[in-house]
Amino acid sequence: MAEATAARAAPARRRRKGFQTRRFPGLATFSAIFFGYLYLPIVILVALSFNANRTATIWTGFTTGWYGRALANGDMLQAAGNSLTIAVSAMVLSTVLATLGALGMSRRRFRGRTGVTALLSLPLIVPEIVTAVATLLFFVALGLQLGLATVILAHTVFCIPFAYLPIRARLEDMDPALREAAADLYANEWKSFLRVILPLLLPGILSGAMLAFIISLDDFVITFFTAGAGSTTLPVYIFSLIRMGVTPEVNAISALMLLISITFVSLSFVLASGKHRI
Amino acid sequence: MAVSAVEAQGVTKVFGSGAGEVRALDEVDVAIRQNEFFTLLGPSGCGKTTLLRLIAGFEQPTSGEILLEGQPIAGTPPFRRPVNTVFQSYALFPHMSVAQNVGFGMEMLGKDRRTIAETVERTLDLVKLGGLAGRKPAQLSGGQQQRVALARALANRPKVLLLDEPLSALDLKLRKEMQIELKRLQGETGITFVFVTHDQEEALTMSDRIAVMSAGRILQVGSPTEIYEKPTRRFVADFIGETNFLAAEVVAGEAGSLRVRLPGGRELSVLDAFEHKPGQTVTLAVRPERAELAEGGAEAQLAGRVENLVYFGTDTTYHVGLEAGGGFVVRLQNREGARRRHEVGASVGIRLPAEAVQVLRD
Repeated sequence: MAEATAARAAPARRRRKGFQTRRFPGLATFSAIFFGYLYLPIVILVALSFNANRTATIWTGFTTGWYGRALANGDMLQAAGNSLTIAVSAMVLSTVLATLGALGMSRRRFRGRTGVTALLSLPLIVPEIVTAVATLLFFVALGLQLGLATVILAHTVFCIPFAYLPIRARLEDMDPALREAAADLYANEWKSFLRVILPLLLPGILSGAMLAFIISLDDFVITFFTAGAGSTTLPVYIFSLIRMGVTPEVNAISALMLLISITFVSLSFVLASGKHRI
Repeated sequence: MAVSAVEAQGVTKVFGSGAGEVRALDEVDVAIRQNEFFTLLGPSGCGKTTLLRLIAGFEQPTSGEILLEGQPIAGTPPFRRPVNTVFQSYALFPHMSVAQNVGFGMEMLGKDRRTIAETVERTLDLVKLGGLAGRKPAQLSGGQQQRVALARALANRPKVLLLDEPLSALDLKLRKEMQIELKRLQGETGITFVFVTHDQEEALTMSDRIAVMSAGRILQVGSPTEIYEKPTRRFVADFIGETNFLAAEVVAGEAGSLRVRLPGGRELSVLDAFEHKPGQTVTLAVRPERAELAEGGAEAQLAGRVENLVYFGTDTTYHVGLEAGGGFVVRLQNREGARRRHEVGASVGIRLPAEAVQVLRD
């Protein structure tokens, strides 16, 4: 009898409306404003990069001329080349180191493992300007000549945590028995790595590499501090152009960078959600 | 005598250290014969999987020695041991096809392509998976994945096949099928199987011999019949099947035969393998189906009242409250013509044939 009463009361209780964190008035409007604020400037920038008028804010007609001019600009190309060299180098170095780190961390538990994990992700939290100033002082103290090499070194260091996280996540999803199965089936450490661990880890590694690449490509603060003459990167170059006023050419260059970024981030995402279930 | 396939000598395995120390295996001695289906049976945490992992080489013993066909294998890494494992999670390589999975071991051993291809085909036929060679593990059902895991281990013709609760993820019907299948494969290949399970029924139906484990020790090793009918320890009798335990006092004893006084005062002669002395208290184990009910007659050893009865179709289980205190379960087969002779509340006597009573060691 008591049970029957309780059963009847339950739906009534569920019907009663209380404060709900997931539904409140104005959510849709608020979201629209939020997304508009976030993306509208970018949309406008891309649109104005096709604007025929030299004054950036007045639309007079469609042209791809600014892209042509941008691509014919020797300084711009030089900066883009530097950016690419730095990003690819930092990507390769940081991904290799991050992979080794993730593998090492996934072995046995050891004393101070939590500490190492925290240290690995610390660069994500430390204000970039602090890292930048510290790195500059460090290079100067070591007596290193600022140039491409110093930028690559600095970028590799701060790219490691970005490359590390997807690799580690992939490794954590992996059944530890797979490694044992490989050993059980006569594969030594090296063969086990090449034939089992690496192929399964590859989506994570590629995803980490893409992230590292894109983080390096659009970095400004650290590059600004650690780059010497001749090693100007694209973001630093754009910044120097802006100081003389926004031109449609800058818009075009920015739009190109945006395209590259979107391509790589999408690639990273697709690879991370890789087809192999572990 | 032929050399044992696997032998553990005083094997101890301790995990952790200090206050968090766990003694997973404690001075384990066991010899597994060539070509037998040997089962390590026990509840979770009893050390059975640890022993398996020591044989495979995934862990190293803290002390003691493991011999493979008479040769000590300490320090031999897993990839040099002629032993293969069927993992509980199957651990199939998800990026390889079924054929690549099954051929992996042989490929690592450097066998030539043709041998590998032929063996893969033959092994897949053996586990009835012919035609699925090109599939990826994710495209297979749980039962099929299980068979691939088996084929992958068997294809290398290991000296010993280690199976770590391989059937636990399957549903009941498939599990029954695979039990028969495993037994058949063991017979056909002649490979020594070391099978780990916590399922007593699985152990009884499949094994040549069973080692019952608890808290890092092996309590008893024997054939399923011996383990079931002649348990030597309370844990073994309790873990496998249903058992009545009676505390009895030894009145007289000599040369393996004891005269014991049961609760309620009646006396009984029983066989004893453990040299108990007069005055000692012993524990007797009696299987419910080995005891008989009598109408409170003089030849009964225990007296009580039927408290509850459960009809199972093939048999009926009587729960009897003993006059001397405690309960006793008797299971009677429902033969043709026999009716329920004892109703709830009826006074009954329980007859214990001497061969139905097992004197336990502790």
